[in-house]
Amino acid sequence: MLSAVFIYNQKGEVLISRLYRHDVKRSIADVFRVHVISSAAGGVKSPVTTIGSASFFHLRYDNVWLCAVTRSNANGALVFEFLYRFLGLGVSYFGRFDEEAVKSNFALVYELLDEVLDFGYPQNIEVDTLKLYVTTESIKSRSAVAEPPQSITMQATGATTWRRNDISYKKNEAFVDVIESVNLILSAKGTVLRADVQGQIVMRSFLSGMPECKFGLNDKLVLEAPDSAVAAAGHGRPLGTRSGAVGGAGGGGDGEGVEIADCQFHQCVRLGRFNTDRTISFIPPDGEFELMRYRTTESVNLPFKVLPVVREQRTCIEYEVLVKSNFSSKLAATNMAVSIPTPPNATTCRIKVTGAGKAKYHPEENKIVWRISRFQGLQEASLTAVVDLAAMSKPAPWSRPPIGLDFQVLMFTASGLLVRFLKVFEKSNYQSVKWVRYMTKAGSYQIRL
Amino acid sequence: MKKVVANMTMGNDMSPLYREVIACMGVPDLEVKKMVYLFLINYARARAEIASHAAAGFEDDVNDANPLIRAMAIRTMGYIYVERVVEGLIDPLRHCLRDRDPYVRKTAAMAVLKLYMFDRSLVEEERFLDMLKDLLADSNPSVVANAVAALTEVSERSPHIKLKLNMKIAGKLVTALNECNEWGQIYIIEALMYVTPQNSDDAETLIERILPRLQHGNSGVVLACVKIIAYMMNYVAQADVLEPILRKLSPPLVTLLNSGPEVQFITLRNIQLLLQRWPTVLQNQLRAFFCKYDDPIYVKLAKLEVILALTTEENARVVLAELTEYAAEIDVDFVRKAVRSIGRIAIKIELAADRCVRALLDLIQTKVNYVVQEAIVVLRDIFRKYPNRYESTIGALCDNLDTLDEPEARAAMIWIIGQYADRIDNSDRVLGRFLETFLDDPAEVQLALLTAIVKLFIKRPTAGQDLVPKVLKWATESVDSPDIRDRGFIYWRLLSTDPEMARTVVLSEKPEITAEGERLDAPLLEELLLQIGTLSSIHRKLPSTFIPFAKKRVLGASPALTRLTIAPPPVSRLPRCSTVPPGPPAATPGSAPPAADAQPPATARSSSAHPSSTMLDAIGGAGAGQSNPYISDVTPGPMANNDAVLIDLMSMDYDEDPSQGDMAIGSGGMYGFNANFGTSGMNLAGFDVLSAGSGTSAGRSGHAASSGWAIGGGGGGAAPDSQTLNNAFDAAGLDALGSIPTSPPSASWLAGSRSPAAAADLVRQFTPPYEPMASRSAPLSAPAAPGRSMTAPAANGGAQPMAATSASPFGMPLFPQTLSPESSAFGAAHSADYLHSSSAFTTPTSAHPLLGSASGSEFVSAPTTASSGSLLGL
Repeated sequence: MLSAVFIYNQKGEVLISRLYRHDVKRSIADVFRVHVISSAAGGVKSPVTTIGSASFFHLRYDNVWLCAVTRSNANGALVFEFLYRFLGLGVSYFGRFDEEAVKSNFALVYELLDEVLDFGYPQNIEVDTLKLYVTTESIKSRSAVAEPPQSITMQATGATTWRRNDISYKKNEAFVDVIESVNLILSAKGTVLRADVQGQIVMRSFLSGMPECKFGLNDKLVLEAPDSAVAAAGHGRPLGTRSGAVGGAGGGGDGEGVEIADCQFHQCVRLGRFNTDRTISFIPPDGEFELMRYRTTESVNLPFKVLPVVREQRTCIEYEVLVKSNFSSKLAATNMAVSIPTPPNATTCRIKVTGAGKAKYHPEENKIVWRISRFQGLQEASLTAVVDLAAMSKPAPWSRPPIGLDFQVLMFTASGLLVRFLKVFEKSNYQSVKWVRYMTKAGSYQIRL
Repeated sequence: MKKVVANMTMGNDMSPLYREVIACMGVPDLEVKKMVYLFLINYARARAEIASHAAAGFEDDVNDANPLIRAMAIRTMGYIYVERVVEGLIDPLRHCLRDRDPYVRKTAAMAVLKLYMFDRSLVEEERFLDMLKDLLADSNPSVVANAVAALTEVSERSPHIKLKLNMKIAGKLVTALNECNEWGQIYIIEALMYVTPQNSDDAETLIERILPRLQHGNSGVVLACVKIIAYMMNYVAQADVLEPILRKLSPPLVTLLNSGPEVQFITLRNIQLLLQRWPTVLQNQLRAFFCKYDDPIYVKLAKLEVILALTTEENARVVLAELTEYAAEIDVDFVRKAVRSIGRIAIKIELAADRCVRALLDLIQTKVNYVVQEAIVVLRDIFRKYPNRYESTIGALCDNLDTLDEPEARAAMIWIIGQYADRIDNSDRVLGRFLETFLDDPAEVQLALLTAIVKLFIKRPTAGQDLVPKVLKWATESVDSPDIRDRGFIYWRLLSTDPEMARTVVLSEKPEITAEGERLDAPLLEELLLQIGTLSSIHRKLPSTFIPFAKKRVLGASPALTRLTIAPPPVSRLPRCSTVPPGPPAATPGSAPPAADAQPPATARSSSAHPSSTMLDAIGGAGAGQSNPYISDVTPGPMANNDAVLIDLMSMDYDEDPSQGDMAIGSGGMYGFNANFGTSGMNLAGFDVLSAGSGTSAGRSGHAASSGWAIGGGGGGAAPDSQTLNNAFDAAGLDALGSIPTSPPSASWLAGSRSPAAAADLVRQFTPPYEPMASRSAPLSAPAAPGRSMTAPAANGGAQPMAATSASPFGMPLFPQTLSPESSAFGAAHSADYLHSSSAFTTPTSAHPLLGSASGSEFVSAPTTASSGSLLGL
């Protein structure tokens, strides 16, 4: 397992160095700096570097390098998951994870490193639990009550390490956000090379006690089962959201299920139950957490169609880009941006936009960015541009990067997914209020030229 | 305290403050204590006395009422490897392992592991491992997980302890999974690798129970599950059980492609392995692997390989369109690989070949220099694979002659021209132009040019008659490389003695090439699959090659071991233990029989598998089995524990130790493993060669030659590198031709250097060009050959054929007989026909069969028989 963890700044200076095992020396930090950080200018070749018998796993985040060292045949995914998780921990403790934050909180960083890894084995990286006994001044003042140590240790080792059992709220509420990212690769000829939806269900729970929750989706497998729990739908008030409002482009109608290709759950979900009867049951952590992630590949409703025409000539390039929205006219996309790549030797640019938004040429990034703050459903807009090219002695090849789209559409799910119910059972049998919200945004939405 | 720690981090030496710091240990504040501990961990490494002073403080802390402090004290003490602290740790540790508080227990479990690293025998004496074992039944899942992690690592590192879990324990562990946190789940799942299912039901049950974990959000958990499932599938009896399992594996793997790029990379590397063993996994998921424009380069390259592996006749069109798209990007490495992939698809899927060639020609039209060069290299392979189909495209290739500046592309172009010298009108002019820079070109190009010109001469004597003498003269006189020089001599002699023979040799039918070269060897693949998710699967290397203490992992023997597979790929493996007893080394050429004997069982086992694995077994037999008796002859010392190699390992494992309950930790089980792979340098060298041979580099004979020497060196105890050896020959005035007897380098070396007179004589016989081969030289070399095999028995099975081949050029009648198996094997080795001559004569013999193995042909026993026959004749 891990022998050491180092944090470097951009220049390769060691900010934090924590050794866990005697099989490495502190100076091994230099090996990584020399071999990886200083030669990283041309792009990192691999996130895993083995030099001799020492292997370095690294991540870059903001302006720091996070590096884990091992001399054993470690599970690579575990190491990176640990590093991701540690980053998350830092962000939740300090608000961000950069050189500044690490430097000003170094004692805390050491304390955390001591707690989350024992002899190089990741232990408990749940923020909520750690905050009980790894504290900073600001956090300490907030939870002034000193917990009895026994309850802390039970918490840190128990079956539900993610939740304390003494939480209480006056008003019991749960918010469910369904956030979908649409990934698309469209070929220049307009055929879909790859389209899938990455869904994320984020829950914010403000529930008292140890609530047992059950969660239902319009999962095709469940709906097609002969006696599914359809009757249980519509438990909470706003959850009865009709499909009319959601998934305007169809595919989300009642009784029509979504085929989920794969899903992953937060560790609080009982995987065994899901495997036998596909019910999602869990005791939620307090506050915000990602309940599940899912992926669908079948019948994706693409919210936008983009039809680009690019004519390359000797001295200029002509663009015609047509964008059509493909969802109900009652909905609207916001924060939309279309970025259209231009060759590096472009000089000037004349742009004309019809329909909506404003476009601007950004020579430093070699692209035209067309921003549309609000784009109604079933609408279209177009852009034409002429880009002049500087004469070059040798025609350098232009890699023709794809057109990228960025957007957000509220109350629309590209997969057609719907939350059918969320039931909360607790000993004290309180009433709870549940809310659900849907949003679709662009993941990597690329149209090749 | 904070300031002290801050200064410590910055590298300032704070150790003089230790008295004050240790005094702070009494402060009842948790935060202060933590910093004191940090200070101690930091300086105890360098200054043991500091830690000794703190020992008393630790004693108080481990008895503190607060479990957090108890745990912290135990944890910190475990980090400090100082005699006094360790002594003070033993008693409290025993208590802490039974502490009321689970947090303390789980920390104590780790502390046992720390102590084990410090002093193995201490842990064993104090029976801490038994206590760890008891913790496996603990009621708290975190404690179980840490105990499992500690035991696993002990088992990994200990020379004589091997963890074995039975189904009952495994069942309990799997139950504990539900309540563990994610990391604990990983430790437990990884520990399931120590279960050897005794029947198919066991394996199926475990798979069934692990499957839900594939839905976990932590990629470490998912990959660990994949590993266990891939392992357990080897024990499943019925193929129809496997199919649904494989289907369930696919979606989680695809989902992992949405994690961070680092995890994507690891996943992709592992998917490549899985695909080789289970080609049906991820069917119809091709599009998920299409590259995004902003993927990091390492992810893109790994995706390309997966795409290639998933290409079938049905989706070839889509893939090709995608690859053509990639070829238009700007990252040079990525573009090259994309172009190369197009070529590989053409070779792999015949129906797609037309389209691939068209795509490649389009790419050549782009005139982007590296694209053109890469395309020409892959077109050469396509010409090899489909002779007489795409010759019409040669014209287009020739337009780019001037832009070729990379050796590989130049060599490929030259090969194409030479191969079709009779159909290209101006082939003589083109080759003549290449010849102008002959002396400046790298060896790879020189070899290609030499062969191409000889081909031209044979096909169109009039066109080639000016070029041939020129190139032969340069090759034999002005070039330093022994490979080129020797090939020059051979051609020269062939052309001068028997042009018909030259025609048959140079223009011999070339065996087909396949795309199989990319596959890993079956035994390697099998072990890598047991390492899914780990570093070794990422690097494609056995852990023993980069981690000093690593143990080999094998599929545990069990009546249930089936190695079922769905599609027909290879399921053969290295014979683990040789059946040959370490008898006295035979001192005559008669020593061939044991080698020959050992081969049949090996090959028989995998006879249904595809050819390359057949070869492997033979080689494995030669490497692992036969080598040992010879090694022990040459260097008796280091191989003292040789017998261990020959003992069947499984019988030595401590099976269920009745007194110990369900899990046996015994001693003595592991020697065999290590010896089998680790201790014998011979074996490892052999494997290096294998991998060199099976990669695309098979064509570079220099490569093979050097690794061949490594083998010879290993066998001989000393390792003379080829350079020195060549120098020695040069000094003796002897050309490398007759004297490359690799096998026992010492012997032939001596022969070479001690009789300079004889050698000089030989050279004199040799040099006059176009003089028919003097029959006198045969007797000259003849004494050398038998002498060689007498004095020092061949280092491995490959030695005999070599002796024969190196002797044969002198004795003309032997020539065709020995050459033919040789040439077929080498031609198969992917590169081109010109290979055979150079490597057959200049490469150390032992490299021979190894090289041949890359391609796979039915040549397993051929060299042995042919050579022993010819040896006898001599």
